Amino acid sequence: MVALVAIVAVLLIVISAVQTLKIAELWAINKGKVIYEVTKKQNKTQALLMLVFLVAYFAFFAWQVWKWGDLMLPVSASEHGVVTDKLLNITYAFIIPVFIITHIFLFWFAYKYAHNPNRKAVFFSHSNKLELVWTIIPSIALTVLILFGLSSWNEIMTPVDSEKEHVLIEVQAQQFSWNARYAGNDGKLGRAGVEFIEGINAMGIDINDKNAKDDKVVRGEIHLPVGVPVQFVFRSIDVIHSAYMPHFRAQMNCVPGVKTQFNFVPTITTKEMKKITNNKDFNYILLCNKICGAAHYNMQMDIIVESKEDYEKWLAEQKQFAEN
Amino acid sequence: MSATHHHHEEQDFLFKYIFSQDHKMISKQFLITGFLMGFIGMVMSTLFRLQLGFPGESFWAIDFFLGSWAENGVMAPDKYLALVTMHGTIMVFFLLTAGLSGTFSNLLIPLQIGARDMASGFLNMLSYWFFFVSTIIMLISLGVEGGAASAGWTIYPPLSALPQAIPGSGLGMTLWLISMAIFIASSLLGSLNYIVTILNLRTKGMTMTRLPLTIWAFLVTAILGVLSFPVLLSAALLLIFDRSFGTSFYLSDIYIGGQVLEHSGGSPILFEHLFWFLGHPEVYIVLLPALGITSEIVSTMSRKPIFGYRAMVTSILAIAFLSVIVWGHHMFVTGMNPFLGAVFTFTTLLIAIPSAVKVFNYITTLWKGNIIFSPAMLFSIGLVSTFISGGVTGLILGDSALDINIHDTYFVVGHFHIVMGLSAIFGMFAGVYHWFPKMFGRMMNNTIGFFHFWITIVCAYGVFFPMHFLGLAGVPRRYYTNSEFPLFDNMLDINELITWFAIVAAFAQLLFVFNFFYSALRGPRASQNPWRANSLEWTAPVEHIHGNWPGEIPEVHRWAYDYSKVDENGDYVNGEDFISQVVPLGPNEKDGGH
Repeated sequence: MVALVAIVAVLLIVISAVQTLKIAELWAINKGKVIYEVTKKQNKTQALLMLVFLVAYFAFFAWQVWKWGDLMLPVSASEHGVVTDKLLNITYAFIIPVFIITHIFLFWFAYKYAHNPNRKAVFFSHSNKLELVWTIIPSIALTVLILFGLSSWNEIMTPVDSEKEHVLIEVQAQQFSWNARYAGNDGKLGRAGVEFIEGINAMGIDINDKNAKDDKVVRGEIHLPVGVPVQFVFRSIDVIHSAYMPHFRAQMNCVPGVKTQFNFVPTITTKEMKKITNNKDFNYILLCNKICGAAHYNMQMDIIVESKEDYEKWLAEQKQFAEN
Repeated sequence: MSATHHHHEEQDFLFKYIFSQDHKMISKQFLITGFLMGFIGMVMSTLFRLQLGFPGESFWAIDFFLGSWAENGVMAPDKYLALVTMHGTIMVFFLLTAGLSGTFSNLLIPLQIGARDMASGFLNMLSYWFFFVSTIIMLISLGVEGGAASAGWTIYPPLSALPQAIPGSGLGMTLWLISMAIFIASSLLGSLNYIVTILNLRTKGMTMTRLPLTIWAFLVTAILGVLSFPVLLSAALLLIFDRSFGTSFYLSDIYIGGQVLEHSGGSPILFEHLFWFLGHPEVYIVLLPALGITSEIVSTMSRKPIFGYRAMVTSILAIAFLSVIVWGHHMFVTGMNPFLGAVFTFTTLLIAIPSAVKVFNYITTLWKGNIIFSPAMLFSIGLVSTFISGGVTGLILGDSALDINIHDTYFVVGHFHIVMGLSAIFGMFAGVYHWFPKMFGRMMNNTIGFFHFWITIVCAYGVFFPMHFLGLAGVPRRYYTNSEFPLFDNMLDINELITWFAIVAAFAQLLFVFNFFYSALRGPRASQNPWRANSLEWTAPVEHIHGNWPGEIPEVHRWAYDYSKVDENGDYVNGEDFISQVVPLGPNEKDGGH
């Protein structure tokens, strides 16, 4: 019944709209207008709206920055993140003026040069000089961005020097949880593969590999020492996942059949970050950022950054793989 | 072409409207099918926006449209992913590839180059019917057991390869792959036809440098399609083999559902490379026709030649060339060799240069013009705005070091919807408003068009601009809800606002639907050249006749952009502010922008 009423209502609306339009058109024809031509009045209104839109668009942009600026990620908690944040700011300093200036020209010209029958448009079809200018200026700006971007990229992607002090952690993704293991005292991760997965050995560690015996498997959360480089190795045992740690400006896909890696130096402990964000419940997180199945939206693990002493104390409490 | 071509006997209904080989009819078929699919894709997006703006709340609309996918009016998490996947697939391929290129390449290529029809009318008809079949299969896949494909429109294996991973990877995925294979066949038939037609069937005098920019855009788009779609086809075929015949192109070391799978030695990264080898050029397959259309409209409605014709052509070619060597920027965090990442960053950022040239040239075309704000012109100006707004953030995403932290977040969603989604759909709307008289012999209503444009652009920015902020706050895309993370609790307001804009935008499209059908059936009759434009299609009669022109095909004597050309006394050459391409050059007159 409701559906029927709805259909009838929609039909009536459409019919009345058709009739209104028809009448409006007949009216216009009667007055001797070519009804599909944009009238002088309409053209003026549209030109004015161009200007209104320009202002409104900028106002909307400013309003968003003002309203949501505080919701953005806090200061980077990793060494390389500080550099990429700087690069991001430099990029903003380039693109926001470009965005604003081009929009001003676009909508201002649209407003200013609205049709006027007493004026002729200028036949101006090309200018090598102008075109050269706006090819070269973006090229120079881009060269700066590219050079800065590539040097940071190369630094970020260089693995930790294995001779130096560092923490080696393997993170394994599966639908819909994270497992992790620390390399243990030998600094080496034992062999692992899906064929060894059985019972509590969810990470599929090869029990017969001597490097595996002192590995420490943890679930639910990982701890990192502040100021020490952390080398992550990522694996997945089912579909592609992505280990995303936004506060550290870190992300790497976890791909079944392929080992991937990422490294960073945490610089701010969880405790300090609670103060910085003024949020006593703050916690660093690792979340999945590659569509991986129905519960993709809830695949997380906490990360706790603490002093080296606290970290070592925590690690000592974790069981070695051979003890299980 | 034989001279008897236009002396056709009356065709019966079946061959005139259904199995037509006439490019004008085929163009309308593509348009209507594409818009229908686009409408479905839009309804899907409105539904999942309801879930994102009001997570877990029950809605009558969700219940009505989704039925068993949504118990008590709340969609299931895996069905949310199915909706996202199908929305992307439909919008990218069915609306903005087939719908856009199919419509305007078909309509304009023969008419603007001065040809009686496409090089092969039969292949052209096949192209539409392959597209139609793929459409039907894709729609059927919505109703099968397990639901439609749910692995994202990029269908990365193993998620797309294993029904154990998500229900949509069962029959739904099989149908998706079959549908896309047929779609690719359709696209290739169309593209080859477009290329051959443009290269071989230009009328006398229509040199390559006199081609309207629309034709250049369609030509380059078709070439890109021919180069890249077969790669997607091979990717899809290998995936079909992995899924159904036990091969291991993409699969290795997988433990799922309590058992280790037999597959070994494959790599999903291979799929990503193959997919994006199409996927990135695809962005430009979608965008270039829209840019071509607006070049034409901006020039015509500014009553001014397009600024820098040669630079425009060069930048189309440069963008197309670069677009096939940048696919790796979708894969910066897949663990591929960092050196490759550096190369892809370099090539990606280079695209900004030809893009910037195009923007500056559009703006200079407006400068000192005499602008008539038809709805088509409004959408064209809107396109320039979205192309800038979405383009500048590409400099952030294309920079590998910056991409690490915003990859796959809402920042990406905001970026590509504005630069590619909005720009392409604005170009498509502009094209429909502008060439409606050529398609249907009637005019669309301007007033409704004005409302349609302003509501659409305001709501579109209202939807996609805030997404950048979500992304910068670290919110990942393709999340059914953000409520599992206390970190994102403050984001709910933003999501609610976006959803409201999306709902209004969706309803505003009804204005267009109404205008479209009303005008096609009852709109005022069009004159032959309602926009007083130069290009050849406006020399053809309003009535559609097979062969396009009665009598001889017109000969071309000049480029398509002689608007407001004046002689040494400052008077219009030819007495009016436009000179059709068929008018011979005067004794002292130079051709082109000289």
